[in-house]
Amino acid sequence: MAQILKVNDINVYYGSIHAIKGISFEVNEGEIVTLIGANGAGKSTTLNTISGLLRSKTGSIEFFGESLAKVAPHKIVERGLVMVPEGRRIFTQMTVEENLEMGAYSQPNSGIKASLEEVYELFPRLKERRTQIGGTLSGGEQQMLAMGRALMAKPKLIMLDEPSMGLAPILVDHIFDIIKSLHENGATILLVEQNAQAALSVADRAYVLETGKVVMSGTGKELLASDQIKKAYLGA
Amino acid sequence: MSFLNYLVSGLSLGSVYAIIALGYTMVYGIAKMLNFAHGDVIMVGAYICFFAFTRYGLNPFLSVVLAMLVCTCLGIVIEKLAYKPLRAAPSLAVLITAIGVSYLLQNLALLFWSSNPKVFNPIIPNKSINIGGLTVSYITILAIVVCVAIMIVLTTFINKTKLGKAMRAVSEDKGAAQLMGIDVNTTISVTFAIGSGLAAIAGVLLCSAYPNLTPTTGSMPGIKAFTAAVFGGIGSIPGAFLGGLLLGIIENLAKAYISTQISDAIVFGVLIIVLLVKPAGLLGKPTREKV
Ligand SMILES: Nc1ncnc2c1ncn2[C@@H]1O[C@H](COP(=O)(O)OP(=O)(O)OP(=O)(O)O)[C@@H](O)[C@H]1O
Ligand SMILES: [Mg+2]
Repeated sequence: MAQILKVNDINVYYGSIHAIKGISFEVNEGEIVTLIGANGAGKSTTLNTISGLLRSKTGSIEFFGESLAKVAPHKIVERGLVMVPEGRRIFTQMTVEENLEMGAYSQPNSGIKASLEEVYELFPRLKERRTQIGGTLSGGEQQMLAMGRALMAKPKLIMLDEPSMGLAPILVDHIFDIIKSLHENGATILLVEQNAQAALSVADRAYVLETGKVVMSGTGKELLASDQIKKAYLGA
Repeated sequence: MSFLNYLVSGLSLGSVYAIIALGYTMVYGIAKMLNFAHGDVIMVGAYICFFAFTRYGLNPFLSVVLAMLVCTCLGIVIEKLAYKPLRAAPSLAVLITAIGVSYLLQNLALLFWSSNPKVFNPIIPNKSINIGGLTVSYITILAIVVCVAIMIVLTTFINKTKLGKAMRAVSEDKGAAQLMGIDVNTTISVTFAIGSGLAAIAGVLLCSAYPNLTPTTGSMPGIKAFTAAVFGGIGSIPGAFLGGLLLGIIENLAKAYISTQISDAIVFGVLIIVLLVKPAGLLGKPTREKV
């Protein structure tokens, strides 16, 4: 399996706050890798650093063997590394379809129609609401829009930051079904979750973050079975 | 003069304000800053057109195009040198910088072109036509037509083109826009370029109607257009259009029927009343949204 993303010993600061303390991990082609951890563990900070919105003081981030250290965030997207940010951050004043078009900003115009059809097939709800203003969608619909928007960029690696946040259980199941079906179609996914149960169930491999460090890693199954994880994250 | 006359000439003055206000509002919408140097870009545009057309006898259309080109470049350079380094700075620092840039432009103009007023030749013949008993000058008509045309083109650009939509995305959420692959810096540059190009047009129209050109020519119209942008709802393109037109009409009617001396006070008084009733301006964007 080819290695797609390699994060090596990154350290990230917010002013004097040392948020990420030497994290390393990798993502291989076709895998779902999940980062789990409590509030404030540094999951979003890690993803934002990979996206180029934040920068690491040390170490390296390589995507397909090339360093991202000096690549601007919009260029990182052009390379196929796309993030669905925490809280979705859809464009609330734009229509559903305009949001999706923005997702395809890095793509040639000729392919946008076909991409739109693919996303509408995955999320029929979005097709029904294509002319609705983003800000008036329900939370679940906004999450679908945020994911659909990222898929419009034809990602080689898609990073999802807490896609289940604030959703009713049935919608959480739906979102995880989508993640599984993307996986079956060969997508490579880096998934950040607080819902450890759901994340570990779909993940090939997982890393556990605590206060800016990786404290445990293994396959999804291994961690689901681990007593430590059960106690700390699965409420057992 | 009749009421209708005052109305039409107010509409014409308002059209000029509207064109300037569009620049203010677009830059505010996207860069979240008040570019107080915008009024002085108008003055630069008017000088360029003056030299090209009045001094050197260049074709009037080409003179305007040249003024637009110079102002577009000027806008991009100002943004790169003065505002871009302050992208993460507190807004007060940016505001003070903008005021500094404004004085810099005025003083450079003073240095190069002196304080002696230049007499600006209107770019179209100084004639009038009679429409149903109403005498309207060519320049009045030109200002209104140009303003409406700009408004239509700009609205189409913002709503229909890829770059225009990207500008809306950047104005709403810069971080999310970057995650779409949008180059935020380029988008901001384009906004400054468009706003400054429009300022050149406004400068030419303004000086064609009021031919006295000095280094401070842009200040008052700049402030009034800023007022118009706030009046209509800062950040809103239709708001700038409406605000500009209304401001011009109110100013002209106040001059005609109340007093020339306090017309400006009346204009700003109306603004204050509107903002007390509608703090976001006439067409200000509702900020409420579902989370
Ligand atoms: N903009 C910021 N300024 C200062 N500190 C920050 C900022 N953003 C995050 N932090 C701090 O960095 C640490 C990691 O935060 P981060 O958002 O990465 O956590 P997280 O694992 O994503 O948590 P959650 O599950 O709540 O989203 C926290 O201690 C947080 O307080
Ligand atoms: Mg987070």
